[in-house]
Amino acid sequence: MTAAPTLSLLALFVLGGVALNLLSRGESLTYRIATPVLFGVILLLAWEIACTGYGVPAILLPPPSGIAAAFAKHLPTLGADFLQTFIRAVIPGWAIGSAAGLIAAILLDRSPFLRRGVLPLGSLISAMPIVGIAPIMVMWFGFDWPSKVAVVVIMTFFPMLVNALAGLEDAGAIERDLMRSYGAGYRTTLLKLRLPGALPFVFNALKLNSTLALIGAIVAEFFGSPIFGMGFRISTEVAKMNLDLVWAEIVMAAVVGCASFAVLALIERRVTFWHPSIRA
Amino acid sequence: MTKATPILTVLAILAVVWYAAAVWMNLDLARTFADDDATETEIYLSTMEQERPKLPAPHQIVEELGTSLFGYPITSPRSLIYHSYVTASAAALGFALALILGVLLAVGIVHVRTMERSLMLWIIASQTVPVLAIAPMVVVVLGNIGLTGLLPKALIAGWLSFFPITTGMVKGLRSPDPMQRDLMRTYSANGAQVFAKLRWPASMSFLFPSLKIAAALALVGAIVAELPTGAQAGLGARLLTGSYYGQTLQIWAALFMAAALALVAIGAVDLARLALVRGRGGRL
Repeated sequence: MTAAPTLSLLALFVLGGVALNLLSRGESLTYRIATPVLFGVILLLAWEIACTGYGVPAILLPPPSGIAAAFAKHLPTLGADFLQTFIRAVIPGWAIGSAAGLIAAILLDRSPFLRRGVLPLGSLISAMPIVGIAPIMVMWFGFDWPSKVAVVVIMTFFPMLVNALAGLEDAGAIERDLMRSYGAGYRTTLLKLRLPGALPFVFNALKLNSTLALIGAIVAEFFGSPIFGMGFRISTEVAKMNLDLVWAEIVMAAVVGCASFAVLALIERRVTFWHPSIRA
Repeated sequence: MTKATPILTVLAILAVVWYAAAVWMNLDLARTFADDDATETEIYLSTMEQERPKLPAPHQIVEELGTSLFGYPITSPRSLIYHSYVTASAAALGFALALILGVLLAVGIVHVRTMERSLMLWIIASQTVPVLAIAPMVVVVLGNIGLTGLLPKALIAGWLSFFPITTGMVKGLRSPDPMQRDLMRTYSANGAQVFAKLRWPASMSFLFPSLKIAAALALVGAIVAELPTGAQAGLGARLLTGSYYGQTLQIWAALFMAAALALVAIGAVDLARLALVRGRGGRL
């Protein structure tokens, strides 16, 4: 009985391995995309075969088909959670935190003394487990989305501050001299040279923050939430052993995370088209 | 000294702002609980010593840290050392797993073209996914098949910290430029020799910065992994029980302890780097 899934898994790995090997020799973009996609498909197939073939209880690990079915079935729930977590908490928190970090960086940049004090502390705080602040924010701002926004703001502030400060420093001495020879003051130099020059760093922080914001909002919901939200759903449905819904929620989180990153990367390409890493 | 002055200044500003915020946030509660004949000064002073303040003053957190670190025997569940040990051991085990797996995977990616083409995109994409969302499920599912305690938490910590190690190591192993590789070829070095004498040594200056990120992430992973199951021990459990019972001092103490652990972890990575630098005669 168990021979059939073992054989089909073996066949899948051998055939898939050969196909991957062949595909990875191609140099064009099509091949470069087809290889990882095929790898993903092989993994999903192996997961499906192993789950159904060996009779893994769906309560431990549902097969991909089961997750897809759950995704379709619970679409309204998922939509409500998406609205609560992503639209109400992640986006405002990410925008406020990143904007505050950028403004703080511009202000601090005027005082080299403060900058030397804030920069090491900022990098230090970026390395701290800031998500731990979540229970405090839930106490201060209540169960609903404001507390999640607060967590996200705090989590996204410091990476932006540190990156933007580094970016503002990035303009070289020659460029600054050129601006001075044009008779440009602080404001003109900032707007025409240093801020545009800092954009690659700012986008780096924005992309990093998009993941951090999602994590912050989801973890903050573990500490208390109204009756919807991605983190709330994950923690309560896990307790009820509704793993297919949990997986559907995770798939949504993954898609949302990848999509926000991709959107930011696209905007970055349009805005910082002059940067060597994009022209190359 | 000149380096410390700005940092100390910023810290001093922070402390002043913190005390002011503590007075402002705790004032309502202080008024409610004040005796009828309490003077205004007494009320303001009492914002500094509430049992469950909205925002504890820094010295209260230090006091709480002091009693929970040194006031109980280290095996007692009230001792913060005990909880830190539980979390730190999960993070350390996860970090070790991630280091082994991450380096092996990076070596594979650099040397086997099929692996590079199949995996790299997924590794980059997985950085954009909120991996922590999976933590509760992993803990519960592994708990169901009999795996409890350290291992599920270590797996999450390892899962989180393994991506920076892999990407850093791939970059590092690729960092030797064509000239250096040509030199190795003129020595007629074989693949293993190029790896051991050129690629591996060159990768170290890329590995250590990613190890610092990974160490911090491992700690976050271990703490969050303690949240969903109502774990009895660990800094995450302290955060959770603190938030259930409104013990703000306990939450802040756990938070500062977590920050201190992150510092220790990053410091340990730095020490390892220094040891390696010394062993190599001053270069990395």
